Amino acid sequence: MTEVVAAGRLVAWRWPRLPRGHGRLHGADLRWSIAFVAPYAALFAAFAVYPMIYALWMGSDPALFAELFSDPRYLRAAINTVLFVGFAVNLQMVAALFLSGFFMRRRWWIKALLVIYILPWTLPAAPAYLSFHWMLVAYPQGLLNNLAAALFGIEGPFWFNHGWLALACDIVADVWKWLPLWTLILLGGRMAIPQDLYDAADVDGASAWQRFAYVTMPLLASLYVVSTLISAIWTFGDYSPVLFVSAGTPAFESEVVSTLGFHYALDFANPPLAVAAGLSLLPLLVPLMILVIRRLQRIEVQL
Amino acid sequence: MSTVALHGRAPRRPRYRLRRNLTEAAAIAFALVLMVWTLAPIYNMVAVSLERHGDVFTNNVWPEHPTLNGFWIVLSEGYWYLQYFWHQFGNSLYIGAATTFITLLIGSLASFSIGRMRLKKGWIISNAALLTYVIPASFLAIPFYSIMIKYGLANNLWAVIFAEVTFATPYAIFIFQQYGVSIPIELDEAARIDGASPLQVYLRIYLPLMAPALVAVGTYALLLAWNEYLYQFMLLSSTRSMTVPVALAQFLNSDEAPWNYMMATAIIYAIPPVAIYYAFRRRMTAGLTMGGVKG
Repeated sequence: MTEVVAAGRLVAWRWPRLPRGHGRLHGADLRWSIAFVAPYAALFAAFAVYPMIYALWMGSDPALFAELFSDPRYLRAAINTVLFVGFAVNLQMVAALFLSGFFMRRRWWIKALLVIYILPWTLPAAPAYLSFHWMLVAYPQGLLNNLAAALFGIEGPFWFNHGWLALACDIVADVWKWLPLWTLILLGGRMAIPQDLYDAADVDGASAWQRFAYVTMPLLASLYVVSTLISAIWTFGDYSPVLFVSAGTPAFESEVVSTLGFHYALDFANPPLAVAAGLSLLPLLVPLMILVIRRLQRIEVQL
Repeated sequence: MSTVALHGRAPRRPRYRLRRNLTEAAAIAFALVLMVWTLAPIYNMVAVSLERHGDVFTNNVWPEHPTLNGFWIVLSEGYWYLQYFWHQFGNSLYIGAATTFITLLIGSLASFSIGRMRLKKGWIISNAALLTYVIPASFLAIPFYSIMIKYGLANNLWAVIFAEVTFATPYAIFIFQQYGVSIPIELDEAARIDGASPLQVYLRIYLPLMAPALVAVGTYALLLAWNEYLYQFMLLSSTRSMTVPVALAQFLNSDEAPWNYMMATAIIYAIPPVAIYYAFRRRMTAGLTMGGVKG
């Protein structure tokens, strides 16, 4: 790699500035470049644009939205979605911010711990959440309630018998699954902060809190914000914690919009209503997406 | 370092040492809590998979008669839900491999054209690509399903492959574009002066220099396809065309609840991605991490 970069420096000479229109592609080159882009353009048109337009068409009937907003299950699911995203994303980001600082400690056992700590992130979602489900179900005893009984002699609650409690379980499962990823990302961000800045802060007699507030946080803020936005977009569309952990029980009380959509489509045989449910979240998603795209263009990638 | 020399000179005050030891003890206690939090669901998975069949509903924290029989049943397809386990495992592999290859091919070609050949207005394509993520994949599944029927791809592995490629490629183009900036464009220009065609520049210069990005994106695409559930569930209906996660969720429909077999299947299914994550873990977060602090 380094040799090639060195070679790159050797040949790093520039053409003299050419008149306007000269640097553009012509003839065969233009045809090549269009041919190179064509497969993606075809894929994008056939499998991204077409389904999106189809979705807009399916969900274009205003009657669908009237039906949707008059369904108490939908209203509950919409509230649940906002709570789910708000709590899960902020809990995991704040915890990741704190934990990334913890993992900066220079101890051999911290490195070993980090290796174990990233396990939840590496597991596929379905088995991980199914294990969560099984750990909590109370009709036979799940692991958590068995432990509570064995250690403290108390009988655990029926985790999925109450809507809010079930939703809280989904949030905990989601945080459990994604916390390692955001910790690693913020850890990478922290490691990229030059040590000189901390040394300088020490010379000025900064306390641990001041080092965090005046050195770490200003430099990490941008990454933290982008990560939060991306995490929010993912979590809005993420059906798997709810689908596998609480499964929407009891009686649709812990459903989010995406999982309720599956019920509309599969159990109630009303796919357009499911599409309308998805589209109803766009007013929340589009601003998030615009913010992310604008911020991402300012970030460089290094591997 | 100079600080070490300073510390070595004078004996440390005992209060300082006490405080440091307390901090260390608190850190270790915290680490233990973190271990329990991380491992509890995984422990649960292993414990259930080691249960004897029929022993699943007990009050035990650890199975009374741990047995590897569950794993053997899965590997030998000895239960009717697991009749096609290896076939389904093969389907997952096939989808993963095809998704990886096509994502890398289409993504690198497009980003070469936009970023290196500087196709006029190419930025429109790379920005439009990100629009794929505006509507979450889970909300597009239903229209996608209808369209696959129109394309004649119902219950076909290729329907899933196209879906995964569609969702992996915008990310691939984004990473390739950003990473490509660090490769001097003069290399391409020099090759062109030597008479190389665009295809030769792509094959001989662009691809070899992009190797780290190709590895990162390839791993991402492979794991996306391996771990994804919804599209595989929607698009693949017959037991023979199913993939492992869909077969896994099938267990939920059963009244008999063979959870030990299910957890054994889950563990076997989770081993390849876990191994890949550990092998490439430094690369996996790279897309976001570095340079982020500069923004």
